[in-house]
Amino acid sequence: MFNYNFRWNQALNSLPQMLEGALVTIEIALLSMLIGISVAILLTVFRLSGSRILNAVATTWVEIARNTPALFQIYMVHFGLGGFGIHLSPYLSLLIGIAFNNAGYLAENFRGALKAIPETQTRAARSLGMSAGKAFRHVVMPQMLRISFLPMTNQMVWAILMTSLGAVVAMNTDLYGVTSELNARTFRTFELFAIAAVIFYLITKAITLSARLLAARLFRY
Amino acid sequence: MIEIQNVRKSFGSLEVLKGIDLTVAKGEVLTIIGGSGSGKSTLLTCINGLEPIDSGKILVDGTEVHAKSTDLNKLRQKIGIVFQQWNAFPHLTVLENVMLAPRKVLGMAKADAEAMAVKQLTHVGLADKLNVYPTRMSGGQQQRMAIARALAMSPDYMLFDEVTSALDPQLVGEVLDTLRMLASEGMTMICVTHEMKFAREVSDRVAFFHKGVMAEIAPPAELFGAPKDADLQKFLAATH
Repeated sequence: MFNYNFRWNQALNSLPQMLEGALVTIEIALLSMLIGISVAILLTVFRLSGSRILNAVATTWVEIARNTPALFQIYMVHFGLGGFGIHLSPYLSLLIGIAFNNAGYLAENFRGALKAIPETQTRAARSLGMSAGKAFRHVVMPQMLRISFLPMTNQMVWAILMTSLGAVVAMNTDLYGVTSELNARTFRTFELFAIAAVIFYLITKAITLSARLLAARLFRY
Repeated sequence: MIEIQNVRKSFGSLEVLKGIDLTVAKGEVLTIIGGSGSGKSTLLTCINGLEPIDSGKILVDGTEVHAKSTDLNKLRQKIGIVFQQWNAFPHLTVLENVMLAPRKVLGMAKADAEAMAVKQLTHVGLADKLNVYPTRMSGGQQQRMAIARALAMSPDYMLFDEVTSALDPQLVGEVLDTLRMLASEGMTMICVTHEMKFAREVSDRVAFFHKGVMAEIAPPAELFGAPKDADLQKFLAATH
């Protein structure tokens, strides 16, 4: 009923290559978060701006990012834009696709966080002579980011896992891509993907743990 | 000098200020008393332009607050305001709370802003709380910090909007002492308050607001000793 011969040694020999792939995965996730957070802040400012057009841009972005599969989003960046003559590498397509998704989810988190910050904070800042921009940057935004810190950690974990969607754009240097190619050559499917899964697990655990430590350091109030 | 000329202001169909005329001279301490909903707090937020007005004019040192051409951010630098809810910035320490506006609005160097903040915090008796986060302090301490934060901008005028109303009774004294100190130093102040004893002690003049109208204004001895307005007489009888 079950005559699969485990060959862990053979699979473990590929560990260095897989770890290199893991670094690419972490790199893409980190960059996509940096871009995602920056764009999400921008989208939040759009929503607060009072301009209908900017608000519509932000709302459309958030709606698409949150209500369509991340896989479609990545696919669209690579092949959809390709149709308009914009040809991006698998790496860039994956990065932009995940960043697009991150920005949508984070903008929505930021919106929730803003509701938790009393209007009087802005009032106090404005009454000290701060412009609306300064009041947002120095008083509201730091509190917004603090309230959103845990959701941001979740999104970072999600970004790590989303890198495996690079499969649809033939990404082959990240953890999933490397594992997949090794599998095509050796057919040690169970062993290779089990090892990859453990690496994914360790990365995400490390992220949640370090986020907790970072939060304790950053937010002492 | 703050000149308020026939100011009217409505929230929806409710007219909260029905033609207020009032002039506050430099160095004067004016307190405004009256029941809730009398329009006294609204007037303060109109003076620094946080609230628009429907008609009339407010001039601060000759600058029309609600004129389109007025740079409110600049004007607000010389009008400090402290609210009932002290609105400490919770993500900053006490020192950072006070340094923020001098740094970001006045563009002061860090060392200068810090020296200013330490000076003002010492002034209000919080020299030992510099590196504490505001949420770890009592309401009275946070309110004094809010006063220091406003003073750090070296304002010419200070507006106090029921600054002791949200405090536990035993904390009211420390905040009123701070206001007394400022008054004795010659700060121009408008205080909206429910503390009658305080109003009587520190004010040059006391104004009584009732239903959007300034019903009476007089030096405290006169206003409290021989109130003319019938509503004021009722109000004083009820608060005693």
